[in-house]
Amino acid sequence: MDPVTHIAGRALPLARADVDTDQIIPASYLKRLGRTGYADGLFAAWRHDGAFVMNDPRYAGAAVLIAGANFGCGSSREHAAWALRDAGFRAVIAPSFADIFRSNALRSGVVPVRLAAAEVAGLLDAVRREPATEIEIDVEHGRVRVPAAGIDRALDLDPFTRWRLAEGLDDIALTLRNEADIAAYEARRDAWLPRVAGRA
Amino acid sequence: MSALAVNTGTTLAAKVWERHVARRAEGEPDLLYVDLHLVHEVTSPQAFDGLRLAGRRVRRPELTLATMDHNTPTDGREPDELSRAQIEALVRNCEDFGVRLYPLGSPDQGIVHVISPQLGLTQPGMVIVCGDSHTSTHGAFGALAFGIGSTEVEHVLATQTIAQARPAWMAVTVEGTLPADVSAKDVILGIIGRIGVSGGAGAVLEYRGSAIRSLSMEGRMTVCNMSIEAGARAGMVAPDDVTFAYLEGRPHAPRGAAWEQALDGWRALATDRDAAFDREERIDARELRPYVTWGTNPAQSAPIDGIVPDPDGLDEPAKRDAARRALAYQSLAPGTPIRDIAVDAVFIGSCTNARIEDLRSAAAVVAGRRVRGGVRAMVVPGSARVKEQAEREGLDRVFREAGFEWRAAGCSMCLGMNPDVLRPGERCASTSNRNFEGRQGPGGRTHLVSPAVAAATAVSGTFAAPADLR
Repeated sequence: MDPVTHIAGRALPLARADVDTDQIIPASYLKRLGRTGYADGLFAAWRHDGAFVMNDPRYAGAAVLIAGANFGCGSSREHAAWALRDAGFRAVIAPSFADIFRSNALRSGVVPVRLAAAEVAGLLDAVRREPATEIEIDVEHGRVRVPAAGIDRALDLDPFTRWRLAEGLDDIALTLRNEADIAAYEARRDAWLPRVAGRA
Repeated sequence: MSALAVNTGTTLAAKVWERHVARRAEGEPDLLYVDLHLVHEVTSPQAFDGLRLAGRRVRRPELTLATMDHNTPTDGREPDELSRAQIEALVRNCEDFGVRLYPLGSPDQGIVHVISPQLGLTQPGMVIVCGDSHTSTHGAFGALAFGIGSTEVEHVLATQTIAQARPAWMAVTVEGTLPADVSAKDVILGIIGRIGVSGGAGAVLEYRGSAIRSLSMEGRMTVCNMSIEAGARAGMVAPDDVTFAYLEGRPHAPRGAAWEQALDGWRALATDRDAAFDREERIDARELRPYVTWGTNPAQSAPIDGIVPDPDGLDEPAKRDAARRALAYQSLAPGTPIRDIAVDAVFIGSCTNARIEDLRSAAAVVAGRRVRGGVRAMVVPGSARVKEQAEREGLDRVFREAGFEWRAAGCSMCLGMNPDVLRPGERCASTSNRNFEGRQGPGGRTHLVSPAVAAATAVSGTFAAPADLR
């Protein structure tokens, strides 16, 4: 993953709650073998509607998505995070995120930013009033700033997560530094635990 | 468990968690050891490619099992070109990395969450992961089982571990005797209707109480399966004699002295009497009814005797907006009796409701009856073994004679990524787990129900309980 240290840009106000990953990217778009090329699938069904906010040219080129609570519920498809990233989104701001989506986003370089519901509402107002409203997410120093909406506060990400994002670390390499712990655990596992016989 | 007060016991989920911590460090998520990693064709190709690029191997192929289920046709047709590429990639990946695969045509192929319990691979106290959110199904055995993304799939393949922040422990207690017409599916739809689609967010649910204990293993799997629909990381039921009776003698269950040793450990898993949960929800079993979802998330449901609600009557603005959007998408008017809603299709299948008991329950309703003219009805067994057993019991004949299509195992019409899809505007009574917009095909309208209600609805042509059929 590429390091993510600082994000600045305009936002797309998608003010819906409980947006599930089937809406973020329908299953028919999950048939690729790679991790890229999913932009066409992003909100594919909703984009058929000319009135859908993503079709509004005033918000073209947005780097931040603003959504309602429980964003990314449903399927575990990481393609949802990939589709957002491929379409140019570097962060999603919402009052809350579904657990698996949040984890996938962090591993795909899309930063999930949790703000209080009232702050999200204020932010939506600001962006609707002025689509050019600048959103700044400073991952490295852990701040979110939107002067136009009076927001300047700590980013709701723990230091370990921010460090991983900012360094663009390979999680596997990080874990394998603790190979001795894993091997020690394996040595004390019960022998009767099930094993799948070699390949069919 | 340093955060807990003195003299406080431990929950089932916390016990399983603690037993799997391979590394714990201040300020970092715990590194949990994974006992079983299930793999399917859609969320794994990127993970195997990542291993290849980095020159890594699968650390423990013998703790890894693959099958194909999501994009596979269930009517013997050839898969489309893109699906075939995913299927071929899985075959190649399993060969290259030494992973056991049950491909199409294998007697052990099927929906990943149906085949593992059936093989006896899913056992109490294990940590099980899969690149699929319905991995929560395996929690029915007292395993800690949860869905992960593709990058995490790669991590588990390479390290056999997964980094996880400690969740909250939440009790969902359903006490009392379930009404006769209320199935496990109705229990979980009732729970989600009460706690909402994010009611379990950040938590592992433990389903408790006499109503849960009264469920078979298959019923418990149905309940745990939809934990993710309440936003939970996982759902669990403490293992008991029902669990042990289900497991004993299955191909991968321990035998002889190992069985006795395993039993001792499994019996000790139950939540201690004095354990404290972070959150609790109590439900009176007698209040549960057969449910039908009317909206586009699984919490938007009504009892079958009920009506489509009026969004204006909801006090939370977000819920009101969601209900309005849902009714517009579903083309339903507030106040419509649920029983007056006509369907175009009936789907009995999915990892929620395609095990043998589900098929028996549906077959008992349709036996000697006919699917209503104009209704497209299909039964898709959860695995090749379930199909074989159903055919031995003659259930396939019951379904076919009633006018159902009888298919081969797979995810089928649950998720709209194989040839089994709804056409735009079609309305479906479905035993699956998600009624999201377009889930069963673009423009399709899904209503989640139990197998018995799905079967009765196929006969009636409008939503019906078995008792409604004359």
